[in-house]
Amino acid sequence: MKPLSKIYTALILLFLFAPILILLVFSFNGARSTSVMSGFSLHWYEELFRDYQTLGAVRNTLILAVSAAVISTMMGTAAAVGIYRLRNRYLRVALDTVTNIPMINPDIITGISLMLMFVFVGRLFGAATSLNFGTMLIAHVTFCLPYVILQVLPKLQQMDKALPEAAMDLGCTPLMAFLKVEVPEILPGIVTGMIMAFTLSLDDFVISYFTAGNGFETLPIRIYDMTKKTVTPKMYALATIIFFVILALLLVSNLMDADTSENMKKAREKKRARRRNTAPSQTAAE
Amino acid sequence: MKNKVSLKSRGSLIQRLVLAPYSVWAVLFIVVPLLFVAYYAFTDNSFHFTFGNISRFFTETSPVGDGSREVRRYLLIFGRSLKLAVISTLICLVLGYPFAYMLSRASAKTQSVLITIIMIPMWMNFLIRTYAWMTILQDTGILNGFIGLLGLKPIHIIGTEGAVVIGMVYDYFPYMILPIYSVMAKMDMKLLEAARDLGCSSAGVLRRVVWPLSLPGVISGVNMVLIPSISTFYISQKLGNGMFYLIGDAIEQQYVANDLHFAAAIAFILMVILLVGMAFMQRAANKKAYA
Repeated sequence: MKPLSKIYTALILLFLFAPILILLVFSFNGARSTSVMSGFSLHWYEELFRDYQTLGAVRNTLILAVSAAVISTMMGTAAAVGIYRLRNRYLRVALDTVTNIPMINPDIITGISLMLMFVFVGRLFGAATSLNFGTMLIAHVTFCLPYVILQVLPKLQQMDKALPEAAMDLGCTPLMAFLKVEVPEILPGIVTGMIMAFTLSLDDFVISYFTAGNGFETLPIRIYDMTKKTVTPKMYALATIIFFVILALLLVSNLMDADTSENMKKAREKKRARRRNTAPSQTAAE
Repeated sequence: MKNKVSLKSRGSLIQRLVLAPYSVWAVLFIVVPLLFVAYYAFTDNSFHFTFGNISRFFTETSPVGDGSREVRRYLLIFGRSLKLAVISTLICLVLGYPFAYMLSRASAKTQSVLITIIMIPMWMNFLIRTYAWMTILQDTGILNGFIGLLGLKPIHIIGTEGAVVIGMVYDYFPYMILPIYSVMAKMDMKLLEAARDLGCSSAGVLRRVVWPLSLPGVISGVNMVLIPSISTFYISQKLGNGMFYLIGDAIEQQYVANDLHFAAAIAFILMVILLVGMAFMQRAANKKAYA
């Protein structure tokens, strides 16, 4: 990189990370203020771990994110397999369009639209409050699904079509061919889709805000409630912990990526070496 | 041949089975809810058909200043949302485009490290990110602390439209960089070299080769910043000090006040405007690409 590019990059990174840095520093504030630093203390972390409402919200968020990720990954993968095989052009265009809607629509409209339906259906059944964990789960699965499909579908399209056919020619049933040949081929897409679904669900505020019932509070909704009043550094302590968890996850996934690409490189080299070794003997046999 | 036919028919049975759950889900929870938006938008509290909600959006007035003058309340709010979202999107584009270009020209290692770094703030909860800016921009905040150290007069930012724009740019900036970068990273470098060999200046290469090729990334980046900016309701509440409403605030306010029919009407109008706008942009881009 040229010096000018380096300066520009540094400025952009400063802009992106200055607020986060401030969060980190002020989470150790000795006083109650979020803008004047006075002394170092772990007081706010202690406060945080005594705040059962927030801890409960963390637990709720994780339960919701895992459920939404698992359901949307299973349904989305099946959908991608179905869409990939779809021969009817009109049906395909219709499905693609519908799949795009939650990604294009602003979150607020997705949230409002689901909320209206839940409220209407709830009223039909005479329920006083129709929003609960179930409605939130439905909402989360709905906005996660397109991302899973969009991760899996390209992997199917990149796959060599001859592979499952060859497996079936060699005596596999279609189901076995799917499980033993296609699934390993598209597995990276499935995993990425699941991770995306998990993080999207974890981070969502707007759609949750409109579809959450009174009994089930997720972390973003809890944070929203916290920022309605004067915020103490306790929330910054929470943000700091979130930051380091994210950092650790990213580092681990990057290392794993590097590891698998390294392994693949090694495997490829081994293969090449083997070919080199066997090639002369073959010519000798001829 | 016969084998192939039987495979196909078997395939279509499996296909129906694997597609069924998603198709049902998509209709029930994507299509039907949108119909409910339209249904609520065009009905009153007892679910009788009415244009009242839609016309309220276009005609309701509120006094400004000393009360002698009146403005169309919701049209004003919509105009303000559009203005702030467009400004934020342009700033993101102007700051992000050169950055994405530099990123795509860096070494593979630098690229992957920088992309990871840029994604970290995206993973932080956006409420917390926005709130952090509130403590920076406050009158007694960190920015004014620095300014005070330099011996200058403190500036008042919080509660202005500028503060809201800063919040929007900060929250959605990575969404501009990533799509532009991913298009640029795939760009064939030989095209750039060829243009230069054929006598194009550096600026000419950027304008005639890089820019048209990066257009799909720019369009998706613009969409990804513009749409959340125009519909946000948290940024304006925190950084705008609740001094002025955006269209998202208007929807949220009606939701809190439990006027679901009017909330649906605003959402419906926003959706229609966005759809028309996006179709228009897509057409303009296609024209340019094939020109």
